[in-house]
Amino acid sequence: MTESSGIERCSTGISGFDRMALGGLPLGRAALVTGTTGSGKTLFAVEFLARGILHTDARGVFVTFEETPSDIRRNFASLGFPIERWESEGKWVFVDASAGILEEAPVIGAYDFGGLVARIGHAVRTIGATRVSLDSLGSVFTRFADLGIVRHEVARIADALQQIGVTAVVTAERSNEYDHISRYGVEEFVLDNVIILRNVLEHERRRRTVEIVKLRGAPHRTGEWLFTIDPEDGIVVIPLAFLTPRGQASLTRVSSGNAGLDEMCGGGFFEDATILLTGPSGSGKTLTSLKFMASAVAAGEPCLVFAFDETREQLGRNAAGWGIDLDAMETSGLLYVVCDYPEVASLEDHFLRIRRAIEEFKPDRLVIDSVSALERIVSPRALLDFVIALGAVVRQHGVTTLLTSAPSGRFTPLLTPAIAAEIASLTDVTIALCYFEREGEVQRAIGVLQTRGSAHDPSVRHVTIDAQGMHIGERLIGTGFLAGLPGTLAWPAAQPGSQGPSAR
Amino acid sequence: MYSFRLYVAGQTERSLTAQSNLRGLCESRLQDRYELEIVDATEQPGMAEEQRILATPTVVRLAPLPQQRVIGDLSDHRRAAYALGLPDVAEPHHLTGDEQ
Repeated sequence: MTESSGIERCSTGISGFDRMALGGLPLGRAALVTGTTGSGKTLFAVEFLARGILHTDARGVFVTFEETPSDIRRNFASLGFPIERWESEGKWVFVDASAGILEEAPVIGAYDFGGLVARIGHAVRTIGATRVSLDSLGSVFTRFADLGIVRHEVARIADALQQIGVTAVVTAERSNEYDHISRYGVEEFVLDNVIILRNVLEHERRRRTVEIVKLRGAPHRTGEWLFTIDPEDGIVVIPLAFLTPRGQASLTRVSSGNAGLDEMCGGGFFEDATILLTGPSGSGKTLTSLKFMASAVAAGEPCLVFAFDETREQLGRNAAGWGIDLDAMETSGLLYVVCDYPEVASLEDHFLRIRRAIEEFKPDRLVIDSVSALERIVSPRALLDFVIALGAVVRQHGVTTLLTSAPSGRFTPLLTPAIAAEIASLTDVTIALCYFEREGEVQRAIGVLQTRGSAHDPSVRHVTIDAQGMHIGERLIGTGFLAGLPGTLAWPAAQPGSQGPSAR
Repeated sequence: MYSFRLYVAGQTERSLTAQSNLRGLCESRLQDRYELEIVDATEQPGMAEEQRILATPTVVRLAPLPQQRVIGDLSDHRRAAYALGLPDVAEPHHLTGDEQ
């Protein structure tokens, strides 16, 4: 095995993890997976064996120190892991090191874990296992008081596993999310590969991350990666910045559903574009989304919609108000609308649902109205991660994507919070709507801030909304639009509220 | 009648120490009223599995019931005798009745 060409990897089969680890865990080595209670350590250890059996027919030995084998069989059956069957087929063997009352024993004099090592070795040989999981060392530390001995013995177990030639996952407890790697501060020194699972409550929401701290000097992705525990798929690492290189940029344009807006954007959106539409509540975002959906369906393109601001009934009623029949569009099979309150799931779960829907429904267009509603459940930073992850998925599938976003207050500046600006930098087209006040009336204005790879109309234009929809009118003069203080916007001569030249 | 099974892992110095400590204890306190079986977990891992042996050496008192077990090389004879419920040297027929 040459170090220069990188070490051999063992693909764990855990969704997203192998990409993060650039192929998987170092083959024939032990990796320490640490985390607080409930961080998913046991699941990681179980999945490591189960995915091995399912994907590569690799057999595994599960050494359990904490839960009994029957607990594990039962707890993971719902993930579709028939552990009992695998045991009868000789694909999975338990080494039960859980602390039964009978095994409680006083310690008198020197000892080591030779008995355990012998049992593990025996189990590995019996079924020809190539993977071993040990879960979790923490309970060994509580049962055996002498940290020096336990530390030495952990090293010995790791050595023994390596000599047997198996790839191993060893889990251990941590007491804090951002403190020492493991509770006893010793395990990480004896293992070359360390992975941390975190489970942080943030804004009263759970945020799970996985981080590879070291991987025996081998390359891996750094930083914390979001993951979720999916009832069907188990651990799913969200491939946030696995920015798959952008393929051939498309030159085909699709209509936004609004002729005036198409014109402002240089003739519609490129079909592989991600469009961000920002604007305060009521400024026309949902209307623009609805027109975008309608134009997709009219063009025979499947359109997937995630609406986080309104119920399906509200959305249908709004659509009907603009002459759009959502029900008929859904019946046609070209439109698939999911209305959800952001609070029903974590951001990671929303991401998975969107990704799954994209994979199943295979839309040409996607609408998320609004991304900012998700801000209610996560930090802006996490939302940014979400947009990056989503961007990677829609690019991969070539989906024209419209994201809407509202600043927190109706009259607050357009591009706050700062994260909105960062999100804008990730999208291909950014369009802003705003309110301004002129001669005692509330008026709307629209501006296209950027269109990647295309010229666009740089002017800020007047917008009116009536029963037919949104009309983009004449160019406004004045300043403050970009600063979010459009106080001096005005039209050159025509009547306020009159339809402009581009209105259709 | 006492029955012990001593689990060791390989013929290491620690294994030998545990064996001689246990034999010494039994000889002095039980004379011929005991049987002792040595199980090397590296050679008979199945038996170690059966008793779910983690640490070695581990001695299991199989009889009289209830089973008792002690981990370590038994270098502290007094504590080991107590934990295994062995009678005192002076009163060979007295059982301590200690059951942890």
